[in-house]
Amino acid sequence: MMTVLLLILVLAPTAAVVGCLVQRSARVAEMLNLAAASAVFLAVLPLLGLSLGGPHLYWDGYIVLDPAAAWVLLCTAIVYLLASIYAVGYMRLLGEEERLPGFYALFAGFALTMLCAPLMNNVGVYWIMIELTTLVSTFLVGFELGRESIEAAWKYIIVVSAGISLALLGTVLFYWGGSLVLGPTYDMTWAVLREVAPRINPTVLTLAFLLVLVGFGTKVGLAPMHTWLPDAHSEGPAPVSAMLSGALLNTAMLGIARFVSVVDVAHLGPMPHTVLVALGAFSLFVAALFIVRQEEIKRLMAYSSVEHMGVLALGFGFGGPLGIAGALYHMLNHSLNKSLMFFGAGSAMRSYGSKEIRKIRGVFGRLPVTGALWLAGAVAITGAPPFGLFLSEITILRAGLGGPNVWAVAVMVVLLIVIFIGFLAHFRRMYFDDRGDTSAVGQNQSGWCVLPMWLALIPLLVLGVWWPHALWQFFMQIAAQLGGGS
Amino acid sequence: MPISHLTPLASSLFSLLAIISLVLVFVMLGSRWLKDYLLAFAVESWLIAALSATVGYYGHYPELYLVAILTILFRGLLLPYLILRIIRRLGVERELHIAMQPSSSLVAGALLVIFAFVVSSHLGAQLGLAGTVAVLALTVMLSMKLIGFLMLAVRHQAISQILGLLVLENGIFLGTQILVPGMPLLLELVILFDLLVVVASFGVLVRYLMTHVGSTDSRELKRLVG
Repeated sequence: MMTVLLLILVLAPTAAVVGCLVQRSARVAEMLNLAAASAVFLAVLPLLGLSLGGPHLYWDGYIVLDPAAAWVLLCTAIVYLLASIYAVGYMRLLGEEERLPGFYALFAGFALTMLCAPLMNNVGVYWIMIELTTLVSTFLVGFELGRESIEAAWKYIIVVSAGISLALLGTVLFYWGGSLVLGPTYDMTWAVLREVAPRINPTVLTLAFLLVLVGFGTKVGLAPMHTWLPDAHSEGPAPVSAMLSGALLNTAMLGIARFVSVVDVAHLGPMPHTVLVALGAFSLFVAALFIVRQEEIKRLMAYSSVEHMGVLALGFGFGGPLGIAGALYHMLNHSLNKSLMFFGAGSAMRSYGSKEIRKIRGVFGRLPVTGALWLAGAVAITGAPPFGLFLSEITILRAGLGGPNVWAVAVMVVLLIVIFIGFLAHFRRMYFDDRGDTSAVGQNQSGWCVLPMWLALIPLLVLGVWWPHALWQFFMQIAAQLGGGS
Repeated sequence: MPISHLTPLASSLFSLLAIISLVLVFVMLGSRWLKDYLLAFAVESWLIAALSATVGYYGHYPELYLVAILTILFRGLLLPYLILRIIRRLGVERELHIAMQPSSSLVAGALLVIFAFVVSSHLGAQLGLAGTVAVLALTVMLSMKLIGFLMLAVRHQAISQILGLLVLENGIFLGTQILVPGMPLLLELVILFDLLVVVASFGVLVRYLMTHVGSTDSRELKRLVG
């Protein structure tokens, strides 16, 4: 049963890639991609339940399915589905009909790499999958072939490849440390690494962990390694931005969480958690600065991703059942919400023909439904109740209060308030500032573009008022497996 | 542990190959001609292949012969050929504007090697491996890493940046051969393959840069800020 579901996860996007490549019709390609996304989503739902009860191994132990992996898969599958629906409406507006099959092939391929990465049991293979996500998504970022998008793609691939090579160095050092204990050849799976970690020399382990943290931190977009993120997220087409932000970052975050759980059992003291907390707090700080002064709508969303990755890092850094549960809950909420935000930004950008915030005025008049959904999303993403992010951020704050890094809680609260004010100030100007464009002509948005925004907002609202008990138990199991923190 | 009981001949061979590779990185650092970079990279790849074979012979890892052959094929022949094609198509022969003169970057590179040595001798002392070839391997690995980053930082041509990334990878690969020769074969193969994909992607991107930006100088890429 589980094997079948895992196969669907891999084969559905693969079939979409092949299908999009062999035929030249854009209409068929978008439906193939949508079908693959729906199949993946339907396959992930039962996997969530089946993953309970510990790590299950497949294919000679190269594939691992544990609750943490299943959770990241769920976030990825949701974003993939929403983005595929949105892409049908959005990509038609670009007027690049003949290149669309290629786009959907890359899109499904990108989803495929992200669906594979969390399942990798071998640390080295996980690294390779993360590297592959970069290579595929580079071409999605540069898809529009404008001067800016090529620039963004180039910066993306150079910065992330260089950064992630540090993670490879760290991985090699982990292997080397382990080989001094276990002998020259062994399978470096997450479980073996956790077992051997207490016997690895602490200096080697510290160096290896820091390298891995910086390396995968680049991919997650933690400041100060975030420099590629605003460019790549703002220059890709909106569905791609949603995938990058809502799905890709989580996939790399899972690696960091797993490495933290490895070094946790090695008695390195509070160092790993403190470093992660510091990176998280610094990401919030950088994001706050750039959000307040931002002039472009999609870069605003991108810096908001830096912010939320910072919050995730704080959650995993604070650790403990509460911190991990909060971070995981935040992961899902952020995936839903950031997709919503990028969809809204994409529609507004198309409608006004500009990315600049000062040229977008009177959104309610021009885009009543999309505008309302987008505004609700903006309120949600700044962490205001009654949406899911409020709950998860409060949980992470509570986790922090019980730990040694109380300073970070204070920093987090202040910066979240700054971001709340700065972020919503931009939205106030776009919605309620009457200067400039007053020619409020209501425009019809394609149903393909509006539907995914509803699909993102409603669960967000539900998750904000009701944290299902089953979900809590699910998180507790992940927290137990990730070591429960410091 | 293979590292602690190596014959003197084996360990001097390893050291020789590792040190020549490090010297070649300095050749790249000290020149501003793109062809020099490429040649140095190709020779370095052959040296790493020789190293794999030597480690395979002395350490009794027959699978390393396969890695050596593939290293020659991929890193020694195919990658340089692909990059040569990109260089020819671009018609750019050398770095015109360097943020740091070759002489100064040589000095900076030397400082980075010293730093790498301090770190690795500290690690070696911690592990009781001081004075062995492991310390040298770590030093070379870390210095190639750092110098690769230096090249990425001070060079502006797209080709230089690709080669800078490849130096990063070469450093890791070289260190891996000495430190963890028993690393599963699958990993090494996939990393080799991965590298090929990286360079292919770069080839496509460079062509885009040419047609849509009109230059492969990264100083032209300054529109996205803030």
